[in-house]
Amino acid sequence: MNATIVSSRRSFLKSGVVLGTGLIVGFTVPAGKRLMAQDLESAEFAPNAFLRIAPDDSITIFLAHAEMGQGVWTTLTLLIAEELDADWSTLKVEHAPAAAVYASLRRGFQGTVGSSSIRDEFERYRRAGAMARTLLIQAAAIRLGQAPSSLRTEHGEVIAGNTRLRYGELAEQAATLPSPDPATLPLKDPAAWTLIGKGALRLDSPEKISGRAKYGIDIQFDGLLCAVVARAPMLGGRVRTFDATQAKALPGVRHVVQIPSGIAVVADHYWAAKRGRDALQVQWEAASGTVILDSDQQRQDLTALTHTPGQVVTQHGEVESAKKTAQKIIEMTYTVPYLAHATMEPLNCTVKLSDDGCDIWVGSQMQTFNQRTAAKITGLAPEQIRIHTTFLGGGFGRRALQDFIAEAVEVAKAVNVPVKTLWSREDDMQGGYYRSAFAQHLRVALGPDGRPVAWSQTSAGQSIFPDAPGIHPTSVEGMSDSPYIMRSPAYRVEAHSPRSNIPVWYWRSVGHSHNAFVMESAVDELAHAAEQDPLAYRRLLLESDPRHLGVLNLAAERFGWGRTPAPGRGHGLAVHQSFGSYCAQAVEVSIEGGNIRVHRVVCAIDCGIPVNPDNIKAQMESAIVFGLSAALFGQMSIKEGRVQQSNFHDYRVLRINEMPQIEAHVLPSTESPGGVGEPATPPIAAAVANAVFALTGQRLRDLPLRPSNSA
Amino acid sequence: MKLQVNERELEVDAPDDMPLLWVVRDLMNMTGTKFGCGMGLCGACTVHIDGSPQRSCITPVGALAGKKITTIEGLSADISHPVQRAWTELDVVQCGYCQSGQIMAAAALLTSNPAPTDADIDQAMAGNICRCGTYQRIRLAIHRAAELSKA
Repeated sequence: MNATIVSSRRSFLKSGVVLGTGLIVGFTVPAGKRLMAQDLESAEFAPNAFLRIAPDDSITIFLAHAEMGQGVWTTLTLLIAEELDADWSTLKVEHAPAAAVYASLRRGFQGTVGSSSIRDEFERYRRAGAMARTLLIQAAAIRLGQAPSSLRTEHGEVIAGNTRLRYGELAEQAATLPSPDPATLPLKDPAAWTLIGKGALRLDSPEKISGRAKYGIDIQFDGLLCAVVARAPMLGGRVRTFDATQAKALPGVRHVVQIPSGIAVVADHYWAAKRGRDALQVQWEAASGTVILDSDQQRQDLTALTHTPGQVVTQHGEVESAKKTAQKIIEMTYTVPYLAHATMEPLNCTVKLSDDGCDIWVGSQMQTFNQRTAAKITGLAPEQIRIHTTFLGGGFGRRALQDFIAEAVEVAKAVNVPVKTLWSREDDMQGGYYRSAFAQHLRVALGPDGRPVAWSQTSAGQSIFPDAPGIHPTSVEGMSDSPYIMRSPAYRVEAHSPRSNIPVWYWRSVGHSHNAFVMESAVDELAHAAEQDPLAYRRLLLESDPRHLGVLNLAAERFGWGRTPAPGRGHGLAVHQSFGSYCAQAVEVSIEGGNIRVHRVVCAIDCGIPVNPDNIKAQMESAIVFGLSAALFGQMSIKEGRVQQSNFHDYRVLRINEMPQIEAHVLPSTESPGGVGEPATPPIAAAVANAVFALTGQRLRDLPLRPSNSA
Repeated sequence: MKLQVNERELEVDAPDDMPLLWVVRDLMNMTGTKFGCGMGLCGACTVHIDGSPQRSCITPVGALAGKKITTIEGLSADISHPVQRAWTELDVVQCGYCQSGQIMAAAALLTSNPAPTDADIDQAMAGNICRCGTYQRIRLAIHRAAELSKA
C-alpha cells in the first residue's frame, strides 16, 4: 500500500470532521478504525462513511441500516446513486460496521426499527452521493483544466464535451481534495430524478436466489463451534441442578457449561449440539416470586382492568355530561393475544473473543445496543465490539432485542472459543418476547347526526418498557392520537400497564398492530349504529384529515366499494396512519368450513415521496400477509407458565394456498417520505373483521378472528 | 459415506441419522439450504433427491447412498435456471431466507408440470412458508418461469 497516499487520505478524512452544523453531522469515515485500516485500497476514494469508489469504477455503498427484506439494500443505494449519477451496474452494497457515524440522526443510535430507514436517510444518503459527485467533478476539472461548472455527470462519468472520465479514473485524485460541507451542496430538483420515484430491481436478488447470501446462521470458519442452549421450560425458570455425563459422552460434544440463561451444549456442529442437549439431564425450578402465568386468565384480568380507572393519557371536554345528551351510547370490548415473531431464520449469533476485542456476526436490528450489551459482559469498551451485520432472515422487531446476543457472548466467554449459538424453532418460539396481549373497553356516545360526541376508551396491557414512567407511547400509539378520538368534542383515553413475567417486545408495527384493530373495528360498529355505510361514515369523521381520505378514497375506488358483494362474500374497510404513512385497505372475504377466507385486498398507501415504488408494493404485500397470519391464526398461549405453541404446526401462519389477491396502489406525493415496512400491517385485521360482520352480522372483537357460525 | 451432491461425489463422515440438512450445511459448508423448523413444516430446507423435492431437515443421510442430491447451489452455475430468472425479473425475494426452498420446490414443480395452474402451484408450494409474504410474486414468477422454460 502506498504510504503517501494513505497519509494524504487520512488527513483528508480528518479534515472532513470539520463540517457544517445542522442536519449533516457525523459524515466522516471513521478514520483509523477497522473499516479503513483493513479495507481501503491505496487508490480508492472514500468521500464519506457511506460510499467508496475504486479505480475499477466499482462503488461500494455502506448501509447504516440492516437488510431484513424491506429493501434498504437497494433503496438506500438508490439514494446515493441518484445524486452521484452512478452507473447502476457498478454498485456493490455492504452493511456498515457498528460505528457512531452510522447512528440515525433522528434516533441517536444505529439500528433498524420503526420503519425508519428511508425517513432517517432520505437526506443523508443523497448528500453523501452529492458530496462524492462534487469532488469527482473537481478532480476532473483539475485534470482537464476546465471550470467545474462546465462539466456534467452521467452514468458514472464526468463529461466535458467529447471527453468522458470514468469515476474510477478520478478516484485517486478526488481523494486528495478537501471535503465540501455536504449541507451546502445543492441536491437535484425532483423533476430531474431518474431513480427516485422510478425504483430499481433488488440488488440482493442474485445472492438470495443462488444460496450465496450469508445470514447469521451461515457464518462458518475454522475452529467455530456450535452451541444449543437448554433453557427453562417455564417462563422465568432456572436451573436447579444438571447432569451432563451422557451429553458429554456423545460424539462431537466439546463442552457443557452453565450460563445465566441455562445450560449450553457446545459441539462441532448443530446436530451434535442438539443431540447433546437431548441427552442432558436438567432439574428446573420456577424463579422465586414467579406467579403462575396463564394467558386465558390474563385475558380476563386485562378485560376487568379496562373497567377500572387507569392513568389518563389524554382528555378533552366533558365526557360524562356529553354522554347524557347523546342519542346512543355504544359500548365495546376488544382483546388481542400474545404473538410470536416467527422469523424464518431462527435466532442465532456468532461470537469470537480475542485479545483486542470481540467480533460478533449477527443479523441485527440494533447494532449500537449490541455493542453495549457485549461490552458489559466482556468488560471491553463498546468500540472494541465489532459487529458484522449479516442479512437478516426476517426481523419484525425480534432482532432488535439483546437477549440472544447476550447469551451468545456468555457462551463464547464460558468456553473461550468462537461459538455460534443457534436456536431451534421451538427455542425461538418458546423463548419469549412476544407482542403484548391487550384488552380495550370503549364507550362512545353518538349525536343526532351519528358523529361521536363523547369518546372514552381504556386500554390494558403490558408495556414493552415497564420501567418507563407513565404510559409508554408504544402501548397507545394509533389510539390515543387517533383522529376519530381527537375530533370528538369530548374524549378521555386511559390506560393500564400491568406487569407480568411474560416477556414482551416490538412486533411489526408495535402498538399500531393492536390499536388499529380496535379503532377501525370500533368505527365500523359506530357506522352500523349510526346506520351509515362504513365508507361514508369514515369520510364524515375524517373530513378534516386529507391524507386519510386520500388513501381511503383510492382504496375504495379501486376496490369498487359499494357494489353488492357476490353471494357468500362480504366487504370490509379500514384506514390507519402509522410510521408517517397512511394506509387504507378494502377486503373481500367468505367463510368456508367455519374459517375465514380472504379473497382480495386492495391497499392504498400514502408514504410521501414514493422512493422505490415496486418495493413499496412488495412491502404492502408483505405487511398484509404478516397481519393476516396474526388476524386469522396468531396466538401464543401460556398455561402454568409454559408456552403452548412450539412450531409451525401449532403456530399457524398464512401459506400460499390461503393467499389473497393483493392490489397495492401508491399515491403520488411530494411530502417527506414515510415508513413502508410496517404501515400495511395495522389495518388488515379490522378490515377482515369488518367484512365478516358485513357478511354474517357477527362482530368479532377478539383476535385471532374465529367466526362461531358458518354463513 | 459417499454422497452425490450437485453432480460431485463427496465423502462425508456423518452418523446415519444425521439429517441431510446439517450434513450439507455443517459438514460440506454449503449453506444455501436453510434451517427453518426441523420438522418438515416450512420447506426452507427443500432439496431435490433424484429430482423430487424433499425436506432435508427430516431426511436422514444414511438413506441417501447412491441417490442424486441437488441443492440450491447446484440448480445452476450462474443463476440462469428459468425459476431463478423469473425470480429476478419479478423481484420476488425480500428477506430471502425461505427462497432457496421456494426455488427448489418451484423448479421441481415445473419439471413434473411444465404449465401449472394457480391451483397446481398452491398445492405444490403450500409446504413452503414465507414470513415476508412473497406468495403472490412466487405464483406469478412460477408462471413466468414456465414461459421462460418453453422459450
